[in-house]
Amino acid sequence: MLAFVLRRLFQSLMVMLAVALIAFTMFRFVGDPVNQMVGVDTPQEQVAQLRQTLGLDEPVVVQFARYIYNAARLEFGVSYQFRLPVISLLGERAPATLELAFMSALFSLLVGIPMGVYTALRRDSWLAKIFQTVSLVGISLPTFLIGILLIYLFSVTLGWLPSFGRGEVVKIGNWWTTGLLTASGWKALILPSITLGLFQMTLIMRLVRAEMLEVLRTDYIKFARARGLKTRAIHFGHALKNTLVPVITIAGLQLGSIIAFAIITETVFQWPGMGLLFLKAVQQVDIPIMAAYLMLISFLFVSINLIVDLLYALVDPRLRATIGAH
Amino acid sequence: MSFKTNCLAAVAALALMCGAVQAQTLRYANQGELKSLDPYTVNETTTNAHLGHPYEGLTARGKDLKIEPALAEKWEVSDDGLKWRFFLRKGVKFHDGSDFTADDVLFSAERVRATGSNFTTRIPTSAKFVKVDDHTVDVVLTAPNPILNAQWDTWYIMSKKWAEANNAVAPTPAAATTPSHASLNANGTGPYKIESHQPGVKTVFKFNENYWKKIDGNIKEIIFTPISSDATRVAALLSGEVDVIEPVPIQDIQRVNASGNAQVLTGPELRTIFLGFDQTRDELLESSVKGKNPFKDVKVRQAFYQAIDIETIKSRVMRGLSTPSPLMIAPELFSTAGFTRAKFDAEASKKLLAEAGYPNGFELGMDCPNDRYVNDGQICQAVVGMLARIGVKVSLNAQPKAQYFAKVLKPGGYKTSFYLLGWTPGTFDSHNVLYDILGCRDVAGSSRGESNLGNYCNKKVDELTDKILVESDTAKRNAMIGEAYKMTVDEFSYIPLHQQALAWGVSKKVKLAQRADNSVLLYYATKEQ
Repeated sequence: MLAFVLRRLFQSLMVMLAVALIAFTMFRFVGDPVNQMVGVDTPQEQVAQLRQTLGLDEPVVVQFARYIYNAARLEFGVSYQFRLPVISLLGERAPATLELAFMSALFSLLVGIPMGVYTALRRDSWLAKIFQTVSLVGISLPTFLIGILLIYLFSVTLGWLPSFGRGEVVKIGNWWTTGLLTASGWKALILPSITLGLFQMTLIMRLVRAEMLEVLRTDYIKFARARGLKTRAIHFGHALKNTLVPVITIAGLQLGSIIAFAIITETVFQWPGMGLLFLKAVQQVDIPIMAAYLMLISFLFVSINLIVDLLYALVDPRLRATIGAH
Repeated sequence: MSFKTNCLAAVAALALMCGAVQAQTLRYANQGELKSLDPYTVNETTTNAHLGHPYEGLTARGKDLKIEPALAEKWEVSDDGLKWRFFLRKGVKFHDGSDFTADDVLFSAERVRATGSNFTTRIPTSAKFVKVDDHTVDVVLTAPNPILNAQWDTWYIMSKKWAEANNAVAPTPAAATTPSHASLNANGTGPYKIESHQPGVKTVFKFNENYWKKIDGNIKEIIFTPISSDATRVAALLSGEVDVIEPVPIQDIQRVNASGNAQVLTGPELRTIFLGFDQTRDELLESSVKGKNPFKDVKVRQAFYQAIDIETIKSRVMRGLSTPSPLMIAPELFSTAGFTRAKFDAEASKKLLAEAGYPNGFELGMDCPNDRYVNDGQICQAVVGMLARIGVKVSLNAQPKAQYFAKVLKPGGYKTSFYLLGWTPGTFDSHNVLYDILGCRDVAGSSRGESNLGNYCNKKVDELTDKILVESDTAKRNAMIGEAYKMTVDEFSYIPLHQQALAWGVSKKVKLAQRADNSVLLYYATKEQ
């Protein structure tokens, strides 16, 4: 078992290195960061000097090696556009992204599960059909379009909710800011959370529906019926409980992608999170931010996968046997 | 700030939003961000305009861009043009309460020319600043310079004491590895103080009650938020969440105007959009013509010029929001009287091409940015179509500005055969255009012609340009400028296209003066109760 854990850890590390390398080489083609940092009439010797101070005149291999060396010490350099350490910029933006991600996950669960249950229990009702259709829309419409549509409906036409930003935020401790303690913060959360959570919501709804239908066909539900239990108890006490196991697993796994894919939603709503920071960094060729963000996201995915793998090995004895046989 | 004060601040902000004071808070959203509060780090219009709220220069520019006194009440130039005397305004205080004196001017003159500053061109290196008394400063030059103070409206004066106390004597370079105090805080003499600044997220300005001048506007607080997404920015204006946005995308102008609660202020911008040719290589990098460079032939350049139907570009691509231009400079900066665009005539173009030895045209690569100027990519596409009519097959390479500039500017080796670019002279003066865009690139070590990507070169123009720099007699100087432009126009050095339009979205409650250099200055703004 220990050998397995070590091997998986080593593999994860290699994946991280590969991501870093790919990201780093890719950035060579994004453009020249220096031109974004100076005015058009800046003398060229000054530009060359700037390039030198940033280490951009060195070979890619040297730049990469230096980058990895610094990253290992959790130093991700200084943003070209803001002249602030990348790590503190990301740290400052993290609460916004995390709050948005959790709210949209919460939204997708709170709305997705009841919808899934309903469509499973009342398969032929007209409301279930509407839910099914809505879920199709949620899967097929691109995020930015949903965001813009919501803005035009709720901000421009009805004037109920804000179209951008986080509203008033309150600082907790030294580095966490939250919009959850002010009315305007809550209002600002609604539209982006729905936009970001819509896809997950439909996913969960469909998953719950399929699982529920499956469970309702099993023998123990039939026996429960035979014993004369109330329908309500059967549906919610037995069937739903068993349905939720895979749903929770999936929802947990999806949280990673919610954080990663918040980029589009954050851009549409000018949500001051890490995704927006990343997208702006791409436009401005701010390589330190881009690299650090990609590393962060890949770290997130790699760790989730690692934990899942290890858990499976722990839970499933058969898997352990094959590992041992190797 | 503690949790408690934050709560209080939040409550206070809410109270402000509901109360009558609301009318004096102006919310403003720009596509771009305010990257540094150090006024010597990034020389860029948007940043300069933002910093024009907390900071001021010795001079200012009015709504019509004329130079006006600001921190310098008046100035005199000696007869030989070698000494400028500036009389500083008395009784002006910095935001921290300290007095503004000659020492601050001398300090700022040193700092703006120090290594790491992006504004070194504001003052000639050889100029000496001499303190006469606390409120008089002499600038001693080695050669006369009639445009010495042309860019001083954005050379912002900083406080010596404050910079020294906060370890910010050196300018924050664009490549700084740690943020300096000056890049996150501001202490100017301007009409607004910086209340809070979160880079890339939000900046709040508060009116400086001790400001020395009465401002036109009535705004007590400015809340600036960058909103990069076009659709969101427009939506925020239409829903009334912000009062002013810049820019409004051309395709949204009608919708904003039709909305009833906002309108779009439009006007010509100083920037000239133009097409340029590679006139220096013996063989073009991207062309079917081998062994020679067709653009060295003035007939080919004229053929290209006359093949372009500027009115169609204006009506179809720019939706009427452009001013076709005969010169490489905006009419606001130099009178275009006496200059007209060569007439659009595809037949004449074909004839010219045939005379030059290309009866069937040729193939050519073209470089174009697609996120830098208003509808830049579409303009290039229109140009490609128009050139196709005279037999020139253009393969268009339109790309984001980051890649485009990396390819075509000096560090990329000027790798372009035919390109689109825009230029606003930083000094608002023709010398800048004649030097940077129309100057020969052949003198090693000189910065002349650095943005002359195709290296158009005429030694006589260069000679005139040098004379123009030191000529103090305005009439004589203008005559020389006109002469220089005439030469470059006759040689079809470039194809000037148009002045693109400014488009600011402004709530109906707000009145705001629009300046042609695209600086959004909110001390000009008044908001109704």
